Amino acid sequence: MTQTKDLTLTVNGDRYSLSVEHRKTLVDTIRDDCGLTGTHVGCEHGVCGACTILVDGAPVRGCLMFAHQAAGKDIRTVESLADGETLHPLQQAFIDNHALQCGFCTPGFLMLIVGALENDPDMSEDELIEHLSSNLCRCTGYQNIVKATRQAYRGMRQAAE
Amino acid sequence: MKAAPFTLHTPGTTEDAVRLLAETGEEGGLVLAGGQSLGPMLALRVAYPTDLIDINGIEELGRLEVVDNALVIGATVRHARFHGLTEPAPTAALLARVVRDIAHYPIRQRGTFCGSIAHADPSSEWCLVAVTLGAEVRLLSATGERVVPVDAFIEGGMMTTRAPEELLRAVHLPCLPEGAQFGFYEFNRRAGDFALGMALACYTVADGVIADARVGIGGIEDKPRRLSEVEEALNGKAPTAETFAAAAALVTDLVEPMDDAATPATYRRSISAVVVRRALEASIAKSTET
Repeated sequence: MTQTKDLTLTVNGDRYSLSVEHRKTLVDTIRDDCGLTGTHVGCEHGVCGACTILVDGAPVRGCLMFAHQAAGKDIRTVESLADGETLHPLQQAFIDNHALQCGFCTPGFLMLIVGALENDPDMSEDELIEHLSSNLCRCTGYQNIVKATRQAYRGMRQAAE
Repeated sequence: MKAAPFTLHTPGTTEDAVRLLAETGEEGGLVLAGGQSLGPMLALRVAYPTDLIDINGIEELGRLEVVDNALVIGATVRHARFHGLTEPAPTAALLARVVRDIAHYPIRQRGTFCGSIAHADPSSEWCLVAVTLGAEVRLLSATGERVVPVDAFIEGGMMTTRAPEELLRAVHLPCLPEGAQFGFYEFNRRAGDFALGMALACYTVADGVIADARVGIGGIEDKPRRLSEVEEALNGKAPTAETFAAAAALVTDLVEPMDDAATPATYRRSISAVVVRRALEASIAKSTET
């Protein structure tokens, strides 16, 4: 019953040639088969947003796509944000504002925020803050994530232009 | 949880898609569009299809265009396409307002308008819009195309008259007349959550009074519907807070609300009049975001 099929995924610019079951989700494939474990798996049904990644520039739930649906698409994960030892301004803002405690939800929040602004460069700061409700964080009470997002907003928007 | 095993098909044309549906539909083959409702159902094993026919690679299904004064929305047009839509006004403004209440931003990048109609969740915003504006559903099968009014297409909560071998190819949404007013209001307890009650109202104003009123409710009963009694109470009256309050007050006696452990029917009945009144009030307060 379990059918596998050959597949090539492009993640953070690297190509991965894999053989993957039809039913395997994109996030499980990125973690298990590509070995990129920065993206986390939470609820597995689209509610928590821990698995948020970018597919062709748009932030999506990695658990609500099957790997085979992402063939030929440009996939980006949290591993793409830092440039060597230099953190992405949003990552630095998360540290500066204590926007994470356990860190489980952090990769999803980072890709949500970076992706929303890249996808809709005209998005206002308040709209971006509103979209933080897309993902769940059980530690911070969101206020520090809001602060970090506000701190990084201007720089990210300039970078997007 | 993980989905039960299935065979994924990725047809490149609608002809191939309906052929695959003809072959697999009766045995449990399903169409996969945005996957934002079907995905969770697969993960929770509420759905366990033998085959999934992924229509995302079919280019023609991604079209969004105006034909014969109707907005034709193809099967893979995603919710996000309605973010900031400006043409055709004022229909575009209505859709751009409503889309903000559909789930969350990342979900809207994948989920589709037509998928919402095919899924027929009682709390679907697009089902409410389609019913209130009188949309038509185009169903394609290997033997031809069927045109069904959306009100007849949706039978009840998550039940439609789609046959297993049919593909919901497009929804034709009649455009509102120029100058039409609209208002939408949705109530839920958390941002992006399922609606506990919502209403959509639209009308034109001629000689200072309301004409052609359409008032629909969603999330209250097992499918959205228009309330003709409320519409009659609006037509011919000036669009004032008093008119709106009097028309909305009729709603509680007209509805047969759903009942569940978290939200009793009496609660939904009470909400029903409130969401209708607030939708009507939003129709004259466009500058005030609801």
